Amino acid sequence: MKQAWIAGVGDTPFGRLEGRDSLDLMSQAAAAALADGGFERGEIDGLLTGYSTAMPHLMLATLFAEHFGLSPRYCHAIQLGGATGCALVMLAKLLVESGQCRNVLVVAGENRLTNPGGRDSAIQTLAQVGHAEFEVPFGATIPGYYGLLASAYMGAYDISEEDLAEMAVLMRRNAGRHPGAQLRDPITVADVMASRPIASPLKLMDCCPISDGGVAVLVTADEGRAKGVRLAGAGQAHTHQHISAAPSLDAFGGATAAQQAFEQTGLSVSEVQVAGVYDSFTITVTILLEEIGFAARGQAAALARQGHFEPDGPLPLNTHGGLLSFGHSGVAGGMAHLVEVVRQMSGGAGERQIDRPLDVGFVHGDGGVLSSHVSLVLTRE
Amino acid sequence: MQELIERHRQDAAEGKLAYESCRACDHHQAFVRGFCSRCGSEDLEWKTAAGGGRVAAHSVLHRAPTPDYREKVPYAIALVDLDEGMRVMGHAGLDLKPGERVSLSFAPHGERSLLRFDRSSREE
Repeated sequence: MKQAWIAGVGDTPFGRLEGRDSLDLMSQAAAAALADGGFERGEIDGLLTGYSTAMPHLMLATLFAEHFGLSPRYCHAIQLGGATGCALVMLAKLLVESGQCRNVLVVAGENRLTNPGGRDSAIQTLAQVGHAEFEVPFGATIPGYYGLLASAYMGAYDISEEDLAEMAVLMRRNAGRHPGAQLRDPITVADVMASRPIASPLKLMDCCPISDGGVAVLVTADEGRAKGVRLAGAGQAHTHQHISAAPSLDAFGGATAAQQAFEQTGLSVSEVQVAGVYDSFTITVTILLEEIGFAARGQAAALARQGHFEPDGPLPLNTHGGLLSFGHSGVAGGMAHLVEVVRQMSGGAGERQIDRPLDVGFVHGDGGVLSSHVSLVLTRE
Repeated sequence: MQELIERHRQDAAEGKLAYESCRACDHHQAFVRGFCSRCGSEDLEWKTAAGGGRVAAHSVLHRAPTPDYREKVPYAIALVDLDEGMRVMGHAGLDLKPGERVSLSFAPHGERSLLRFDRSSREE
């Protein structure tokens, strides 16, 4: 079987990018990824995209192929909420390993913040991941769904609101080192605690911003043209769509997805040296770290306070600032974690570069209300 | 499906929380769908929840998704584990916490009659 390698990564800054639509942002990121890998458009034989809430289209992948000037032999979009980016990269891996494709471009981007209708429209659209009859009519929102599971999880494992705030502070500190991040001013736990309530126990700074931005990743079978980082393992789990129907309020499928990815590589969670874990809310990354096994239950915040997840700690986490501070532009937001892990593993993180070899990376995306999970394990070879 | 939704809404208008109970495997489901999500049987009994449950999760919303809810901020939602075993979402009293016993009622919202949970008045 062939192996799947990362050949290039590209992104735009995240934040308020006036006058740019989804195709503009996707194109900018895609061009950057091709340039990063030294690839021409004609070499791309597979194209995978997500969706854009700002540009709903029946065939976004084909639309982008025409716009960007690609004639792929394999091309379509995937919709899996926040897990889409990791799912796209997992599929690119499978397409390359199977021999179906040689060079697969994965691209996402949207002007979720500055799109006409803007944030309010996005908030209303996103709330529709709830059940149309049995959840949405109650005025539930995405922060509301996460507020619900936060109340249950924090009670079960004795986690305080100050504990959650540690994750926001960490992401902001990391974003301060990334010139493309949306939110870069340092914050404290007290700032998070004083930020206005959104959906208890979550406050404004427990929630990611809404952003414009684009991200692209190029996956190849050609080891000689790759960055030395291999997509070694991938796994998924899908236990529910709606929070009301989740079979458990502390085992959402994250561990199941991660275990599959680790089993394919012969590696374990304890061997990961750099991680990108989906952090739409402080509770999201807290639960995922604890469910996957990067921290014992209830202990993620304590590890954060000890510096465990800092760039110079044992497990650097979301060193670009994550969704919480780098920003969240939909599918691209979930791919930014992967781009950062690849950059750190391949020595391309510039002034943020972690000054030691990073041979094992892990990326996890989740969509819905911890509904859909995709884990990726990357190895440097 | 729409027929089942309409029936569920009609029950709600009469103050009843309907659910489907599978005669084949005894599974209870709150999201009505005309077949059992566990075993696939279409032999379902339409039942009414007794009304008691326990809060599994609770959140007070300070930012509303739609104009009709903007005027109600802050309002609370909860996930409640009903005594029959199903978990359902409803409106809730602002000061409830996970673990508390609650009982259900319905309150009008626009043209709908929506499920609501408040602290149970009876000690158990």
